[in-house]
Amino acid sequence: MTALAALIKRDLQIALRVGGGALIGVLFFLIVVVLMPFAIGPDLALLARLGPAILWLGALLASLLTLDRLFTADHDDGSLDLIAMSRTPLELSCAAKALAHWLAAGIPLVVATPVLGLLLNLDAASTLAVALTLLAGTPALTFTGMIGAALAVTLHRGGLLLAVLVLPLSIPVLIFGVAASEAAISGPVAFGTPFSILCALSLVSFVIGPFAAAASLRQGPD
Amino acid sequence: MTLTTTLTYLANPTKFLSLTARVLPWLIAATAIGLAIGFYLSVMAPDDYQQGATVKIMFIHVPNAWLSMFVWGVMSVAALGTLVWRHPLADVAAKAAAPIGAAFTFLALVTGSLWGRPMWGTYWEWDARLTSVLILFLMYLGLMALWRAVEDPSRAARAAAILTLVGAINLPIIKFSVDWWNTLHQPASVFRMGGPTLDRAFLVPLLVMAVAFSLLFITLQLAAMRNEILRRRVRSLQMMQAGQQAA
Repeated sequence: MTALAALIKRDLQIALRVGGGALIGVLFFLIVVVLMPFAIGPDLALLARLGPAILWLGALLASLLTLDRLFTADHDDGSLDLIAMSRTPLELSCAAKALAHWLAAGIPLVVATPVLGLLLNLDAASTLAVALTLLAGTPALTFTGMIGAALAVTLHRGGLLLAVLVLPLSIPVLIFGVAASEAAISGPVAFGTPFSILCALSLVSFVIGPFAAAASLRQGPD
Repeated sequence: MTLTTTLTYLANPTKFLSLTARVLPWLIAATAIGLAIGFYLSVMAPDDYQQGATVKIMFIHVPNAWLSMFVWGVMSVAALGTLVWRHPLADVAAKAAAPIGAAFTFLALVTGSLWGRPMWGTYWEWDARLTSVLILFLMYLGLMALWRAVEDPSRAARAAAILTLVGAINLPIIKFSVDWWNTLHQPASVFRMGGPTLDRAFLVPLLVMAVAFSLLFITLQLAAMRNEILRRRVRSLQMMQAGQQAA
């Protein structure tokens, strides 16, 4: 347990200090949302209607872009091998690393949502709903994305391949995230239904993600 | 021979090659006959009172759609073979199946689209089934990209096996989400075929076509596996030659 806590603490420190680049995801999120009115037009009513979808797409792409950092640096300096050889099961270490990654890269996206909601003319209740769905849904993005990140690092191929592998897997999260946000804003479904399924998706990804990532990392080093 | 001994026997690629060399001509003949009968029955089938002659697209569309999912199942079994038993033929089977499955999925999409034009008045409808088949197609393409991204076949095999299994868990979830999404956004606006029961006149050609296309899949799969084994032999011979020249 202490080993896992130490791992989480270390990853958080690395991510938050100079060169960590955890906050660059938020900057990307901001830029994507700012680009939208240039493409759609400055119609505030239309932006408010599309708001939840824009925020969710932005958060999805931002969390996808930061995924590369999950294993790459540790693989390059060799600490990933040390983690794999330690007595802590690799599945647990992967889960701890993903948790630390979500704390450093996922939570800032949720925190930034209210500000971005203002830009998109969302009222307070809608913004809160989107932030809440992002809080419940971004862990699923991180934990399923971790599988792609592990595959990419063992194959020494990142970037586009990672995106192509991970994005289809994130479709359910996107569907239920946007559906829950829109249910809270306009109906017709109760907020609870899609939101519970979104939470369930996150829980499922906690189970599948670490095992698949560890399996992929184990057969990696040659 | 029990299943286990058969699998162990086939672990030797040379034995697999000699066995398939004997089986393949018969399979090709059976596929050709099956497809010929199937096409004949499809052309002879009566027109639907509502859909007219376009109903005959179904005889090609449905077997392809069925195989598009079946091939992912075959790849999942092969993925287990790669990860659990390290069977030498499992990754060959998985690699050979991916493009074939993608082709069946593509055909299902294209025939579905052509069928949708006269029926729904549009080539593309964000219907739940079409959408989930499209995502399945994208996942096939991603898997093929993964196979092509890595030079060493055995390393690519294990990565692809993990992705295949994750996909196998995810595909039902995606299917369910898309169904839910679709009913939320456009309730019952999509034309459905009149009732789940199919008349015998349509059922018989459909079943014959399903069997013929399954035979086609087995034939293509075995032939592709043979090619892959030979390709790997060529590769290792080239590596040996390069090694000798360097020495």
